[in-house]
Amino acid sequence: MRSRENTGSIAVFLPDMSLFRHFGKYFIMLKQVFSRPERLSIYRRQILFEIDKIGVQSLGIVALLSIFMGAIITLQTAYNIDSAWIPAYTIGFTARQTIVLEFSPTIICLILAGKVGSNIASELGTMRVTEQIDALEIMGVNSTGYLILPKIVAAVLIFPFLIIISMFLGIFAGAIIGEWSGVVSMADYEYGIQYDFRQFQIIYSLIKTVAFAFVITSVSSYHGYYTRGGALEVGQSSTQAVVYSSILIIVVNLVLTQILLT
Amino acid sequence: MIEARGITKRFDGREVLSDVSAVFEEGKVNFIIGRSGSGKSVLTKCLVGLLDVEEGSALYHGRNFTAMSRNERKSLRKEIGMLFQGGALFDSLTVEQNIMFPLTMFGEMSKKEMHERVNFCLERVQLTESNGLFPAELSGGMKKRVGIARAIAMNPRYLFVDEPNSGLDPQTSIVIDNLIREITYDYNITTLVVSHDMNSVMETGDSIIFIYEGRVHWRGDRRSILRSENKELDAFVYASEFMRIIKEKLT
Repeated sequence: MRSRENTGSIAVFLPDMSLFRHFGKYFIMLKQVFSRPERLSIYRRQILFEIDKIGVQSLGIVALLSIFMGAIITLQTAYNIDSAWIPAYTIGFTARQTIVLEFSPTIICLILAGKVGSNIASELGTMRVTEQIDALEIMGVNSTGYLILPKIVAAVLIFPFLIIISMFLGIFAGAIIGEWSGVVSMADYEYGIQYDFRQFQIIYSLIKTVAFAFVITSVSSYHGYYTRGGALEVGQSSTQAVVYSSILIIVVNLVLTQILLT
Repeated sequence: MIEARGITKRFDGREVLSDVSAVFEEGKVNFIIGRSGSGKSVLTKCLVGLLDVEEGSALYHGRNFTAMSRNERKSLRKEIGMLFQGGALFDSLTVEQNIMFPLTMFGEMSKKEMHERVNFCLERVQLTESNGLFPAELSGGMKKRVGIARAIAMNPRYLFVDEPNSGLDPQTSIVIDNLIREITYDYNITTLVVSHDMNSVMETGDSIIFIYEGRVHWRGDRRSILRSENKELDAFVYASEFMRIIKEKLT
């Protein structure tokens, strides 16, 4: 009786073992994903297909959000630093820093985690429950490699371009709204966005973007690939993919910021 | 020939297959029958390596599949064709691309030869002129036939068929059964069919094993099944009124 109580009290302090199981499974999956492909030409074709699906088809939402958020960031900054002691170019400077350092790489990637992550998880989940993945395995195809590797490679290649476009559109929209609403002149804004510019900040953002692209595609693929059950579980996998990708993006963001900027 | 040797499979400690041994012969349509949940699909998945076994082994012409490395398994799997219950066709690919998929992945054929092979397979399953259709545009029976065409595209030595007639009308079921039988005899392959459709069993079952509660409970052929005195098999075979009438007439 006593030993039972002890086991129970220890169990309270032990972390959830299923978390370790998931980590183990995730890394085993990654090992299989990066094993030698059966036929490179097929993988190349798949990567191009995924670049279109993951990247090009996300361009619309990325552009729309970047334009509006760039404009909002500029107006918010102008509203908050409405003081004679602070020069007007600070608005451009702050908008640039916010967009380049956080908004474009992190917030846009969080949004892409919703769009791309749920799409990947539901696609792979459906393939799992309709036995399409089993069919690949029976044929002797490395199903993880064939299905997941092109998605990871495509995202890692195309996300930086999306983020650069987002940065440009956000900053440009800020300039337009600043001039149009009269909170900052084009000249001041232009001076602000060039003020104390450090190239490394762009590199930092792009490093983060590549890491987030990897997190979104691999975590979502993991949840989709290991779906068990039916339509309900596919939906659950899709939700889990978005939730875990988002959490990991924030954690990776903290770690990379600590490593690269301090 | 495929041999299951003492296969035991557990899920969360619950034994689903207990020491299952069976031989599935070449050039014959071998049936695994049993009630839903008896373990027949699990046995098939263990044989093709989709599930790992706790004990026992699967042998393909004497080659121990269970003991093989991942790469060795991959090369043996090129000799296996499988038709899944729902067809398992790739949704994003057309009928032609579905059948061509294993050929492009592993075959050494030219594009022209691949097209010829696809058309041959489609002719074999009587589905010419459907090359450009997507799986969503096909009926249940057509999906099964495309599934068979894809399964035979690589000239397999072993064909696995999971519930070939589920969701099909009786006439289409007969077409599928005949197709499976013809392919087995024409190419002298080892065919293993999982089913609980007694019409299908009686039409094409050269060799039959009956799985009951995870164990091989009976083995025989379609002639002996009607005269079996096995209580559980009897309850399974003569579950319907129609089959009971047949039994009365036979006796």
